[in-house]
Amino acid sequence: MSDDKISQAEKDEAAYFAERAKAQASAAAAQSPSASGTQDAHTLFDVQEMELNFGPQHPSTHGVLRVVLKVDGEKILEAKPDMGFLHRGTEKLFETETYPMGIPHTDRMDYVAAATSNHAFCIAVETLLQVEVPRRAQLIRVILDELQRLSSHLVWLGTSGIDLGAVTPFWYAFREREQILDFFEEYCGARLTLNCMRIGGLPFDLTPGWTERLAEFIADVPARIDDYEQLLTDNRIWKKRTVGVGVISAEECVEWGLTGPILRASGVEWDLRRARPYECYDELDFVVPTRQGGDTYDRYIVRVQEMRQSVRIIQQCLAKLEPGEIRGKVPRVIKPVAEEVYASIESPKGEIGFYCVSNGTNKPYRMHVRPPSFINLQALPRLAKGHLVSDLVALIGTIDIVLGEVDR
Amino acid sequence: MTLSPLFWTYVKVVLLVATVPAIVGFVIVLAERRIMGFMQARLGPNRVGPQGVLQGLADLVKLVTKEDITPAKAEKAVHFLAPVLAVIPALTALAVIPFGPPVRIGKNMIPLWVADINIGLLFLLAITSIGVYGIILGGWSSNNKYSLLGGLRSAAQLVSYEVPMGLALVSVLLMSRSLSLVEIVRRQEATHLWFFFPGMIAFFIYFVAGVAETNRNPFDLPEAESELVSGFNTEYSGVKFAFFFLGEYTAMIIISCVAVTVFFGGWLQPFPHVKALQFLGLVPGAVWFLLKVGGFIFAYIWFRSTFPRYRFDQLMALGWKWLIPISLANILVVAFAILLFPGRTTGLVWLSWAFSGVFVVMYLLAKLRQKLAKRDRLAAVPQTVES
Repeated sequence: MSDDKISQAEKDEAAYFAERAKAQASAAAAQSPSASGTQDAHTLFDVQEMELNFGPQHPSTHGVLRVVLKVDGEKILEAKPDMGFLHRGTEKLFETETYPMGIPHTDRMDYVAAATSNHAFCIAVETLLQVEVPRRAQLIRVILDELQRLSSHLVWLGTSGIDLGAVTPFWYAFREREQILDFFEEYCGARLTLNCMRIGGLPFDLTPGWTERLAEFIADVPARIDDYEQLLTDNRIWKKRTVGVGVISAEECVEWGLTGPILRASGVEWDLRRARPYECYDELDFVVPTRQGGDTYDRYIVRVQEMRQSVRIIQQCLAKLEPGEIRGKVPRVIKPVAEEVYASIESPKGEIGFYCVSNGTNKPYRMHVRPPSFINLQALPRLAKGHLVSDLVALIGTIDIVLGEVDR
Repeated sequence: MTLSPLFWTYVKVVLLVATVPAIVGFVIVLAERRIMGFMQARLGPNRVGPQGVLQGLADLVKLVTKEDITPAKAEKAVHFLAPVLAVIPALTALAVIPFGPPVRIGKNMIPLWVADINIGLLFLLAITSIGVYGIILGGWSSNNKYSLLGGLRSAAQLVSYEVPMGLALVSVLLMSRSLSLVEIVRRQEATHLWFFFPGMIAFFIYFVAGVAETNRNPFDLPEAESELVSGFNTEYSGVKFAFFFLGEYTAMIIISCVAVTVFFGGWLQPFPHVKALQFLGLVPGAVWFLLKVGGFIFAYIWFRSTFPRYRFDQLMALGWKWLIPISLANILVVAFAILLFPGRTTGLVWLSWAFSGVFVVMYLLAKLRQKLAKRDRLAAVPQTVES
């Protein structure tokens, strides 16, 4: 009796395994022409795939990004960014606090470029309130934005240099950034989390002598940028590591929604400062640098050129500065009418936008952020595929992400 | 009183083994950190002792007193053996390097080398390549994916750079007709010519390969901090890490010593046969040797603060597609130059002039290209405010 049962079970099992083997064989047969055709061209040996955890505690992920890599030797077959390690629920926090109380939260998103985040938030609320910002405040805002762009690009330059093994530009870039932060500190008391803008204008006027010292420093910056370029731009190894690495076409950039230097390095002349001028950008004379290649080297060149243009913009604004009001006519309690607005500006990383839904109370009903780092990071798996592990480091650097902004 | 040569050999061995680590720890590491600090607009260590001179001691105490961790899943025996394999060959290789001409102490003529063996150069190449095992095995036995990648990289890198290095030295052998390092220096004295001049191309290939052999920038892929988080030595701590460290720096010294001995006249003063420079002979030969080695160490440090890192496949391409063919061609050129001209030195002199000309032209062309590229770049976008 029991013998029968066992034999029946064994039969079932054998049948099951036979069926499974058949299914596997047919699946392999179906896959093999495409799979072996593409893979054999690149792999010399029949090597096992390895899964490699890149981060979150890795010196080159610029924060707490984790990239799960499937590698064959050093070749990346698949890269999956995994983020959220720095998630603080900023968007929800906006809903629980009044409009002016939201500004400090924006500091903590892109913490290497707080001024532009402040600015975008303020512009969104100003659009809701339909407040006019006085001219002096506009000019100072532009100066702060461009200083922030300079310092953010300096951080990018230094860190992406270190990623590729060039250590010295890092120290040079941070030397200048330190001076820029000194200017911020003198203006608003903070170096990173600036909180340097208010709805309808600015919190403070400039301290005496600030503009003169800034003019002196800014006049010196182009020579310093020449120094960095001396070390990197024509360096054979730098070019070898960056030219042709992570190429992305203009069409793909637009499809992925990439903005900022990445988009411009692929040949699209799209800069919100020029395309949808805010504050007084329409009266300023500057060039939107573009390149055609769309690779890491072109993104490097575009950012360096942008730094030079920022210097020009700051010089023009300093020349235009005149005494005047620094805050527009804003009610003491900010209670915008029930409406929805989207306002965006050009941050150093791309388009940073705030989608603000008001329900007529003093707190926003919903505040959604369009963070450039987060949206640009999407392209990483696409850029990294087929490159080597060393290139992944270059690519994370070239996207220029700040994890505070990616995770919010 | 005359003492047996064997006694002096023991003294020299003890001195070498005891002093080289000290020199490495104190002088080179401090020099590296201070010089890099100077180049990078920062200070470098300056707290321990006057101007930070005791920093090496502090680092040593830190490393020795640190907990020595062996990962649970590591291959224990190999994990222990790897750092030893990295250091011992490097220290052994110092035995054949002539640090200076024989000196007289009392009645004894003491040669400043441990052993002058007739296959000196071959011995050096053989012994130093054993050091590779230390890195490969260290990377593999740690049972860490990053370390494994580092070990794999160094295996490929070191094996492929041994070849151009050996080939570059072959062209020098054609000039010196001896493998003994002492004999090579004496030959340079006799020909009135440092082999650097006729061996210019060989020298550059040798030094590039040497930098790659020692895993230093721009070829520091096995450690590649920003990619592999220290690579093969990620899982090493305490004394074992110090051994890897020591191995790397000793290897640097050996590469520099061989470069000096083979290409830059060893202990010879610069241009020993020019009358106007005779006063340089007042400085003892051993000092000249150390000065030249110091120059190379400085070049290493300079590289480190200047260059970005090569990518793995580019590194291999550089070795196999450029250095090996060039060094093979160089052997042919040198051989023909020696054969075609009557007498042994005429050919070498002609070769020196020809190579110098080639290098000057190449340098000028590179400068021109750089200038044109910069002009185009700046022309594309206006840079300053037009007032």
